[in-house]
Amino acid sequence: MAAAPPEDSPLHQFVIQPLVPIHIGNVDLSFTNSSLFMVVAATLVTLFLTLGMRGENLVPGRFQSMAEMSYEFVAGMVRDNVGSAGRKYFPFVFTLFMFVLFGNLLGLLPYSFTFTSHIAVTAALALVVIVGVTVVGIAKHGLHFLSFFVPKGVPAALLPLMIPIEVISYLSRPVSLSIRLFANMMAGHTMLKVFAGFVVLLGFLGGWAPLAMDVALTAFELLVAFLQAYVFTVLTCIYLNDAIHLH
Amino acid sequence: MDLQSAKMIGAGLAVIGLGGVGAGIGSIFASLISSIARNPSARPQVFPMSMLGFALVEAVALYALLIAFLILFT
Repeated sequence: MAAAPPEDSPLHQFVIQPLVPIHIGNVDLSFTNSSLFMVVAATLVTLFLTLGMRGENLVPGRFQSMAEMSYEFVAGMVRDNVGSAGRKYFPFVFTLFMFVLFGNLLGLLPYSFTFTSHIAVTAALALVVIVGVTVVGIAKHGLHFLSFFVPKGVPAALLPLMIPIEVISYLSRPVSLSIRLFANMMAGHTMLKVFAGFVVLLGFLGGWAPLAMDVALTAFELLVAFLQAYVFTVLTCIYLNDAIHLH
Repeated sequence: MDLQSAKMIGAGLAVIGLGGVGAGIGSIFASLISSIARNPSARPQVFPMSMLGFALVEAVALYALLIAFLILFT
């Protein structure tokens, strides 16, 4: 394990500090700044949706229309990718989308902590998705689910080669799913901090150029924050579709 | 060559992969523009797909960056 980066390092923003130390046996279960921001994200999502839908007007106001748009967005995504069989899993996909989206967006606030920039968090989310999807597939098709690993229209002689490739590609899904989200958030935030460091180095005369760059990058990060939440949920939908419909 | 300079060179080599990502993102948006120019009414269907492709290609760039960080900081 590498030592904690120094105070002025662009990686210092990712340090996890325990706020309420809890140790059970040898396991460190401390309430950290990462867990704090997860709680904040979950609370904000709940507030956003319950307060937004409190009025239940036929003609929605600004707040209610935002809540309805986010619902419609994910519902359309599930409908397009999984079809009507995916309706059952919509609550899970919607929760996943809102949690990741609010985590990414909260991280953009100065002095906040991006919990999606840690592979421990994204790997846990990806494992839940992949294990859940596999369980759904097995529950729906039984042992017939294994035919997922046999590509259609392949000559029998090639099967000993193709099946291991399919299995490896299935097993690498959670890896790529988690690394994509965490690497995007980590690289983006590191880049913001590196350019912020240039502002200090160049001082009053030249500092405005990296500052303008930082403003542009913040807008870009806003796009990435949304896009990565979208990609994470779209891939979840695609995997779910694979498990339910088997190719 | 000492370890520190070898690390620096290795990190530099690791981000060569960004060249391919640049070509990939360019190709995605080139075909997006040409498809919208040919058939502007297809825009609502084509745009989300291009954004998905953009995000998937950009992730490859970040894998390279991640390797560079791993080389530099571990």
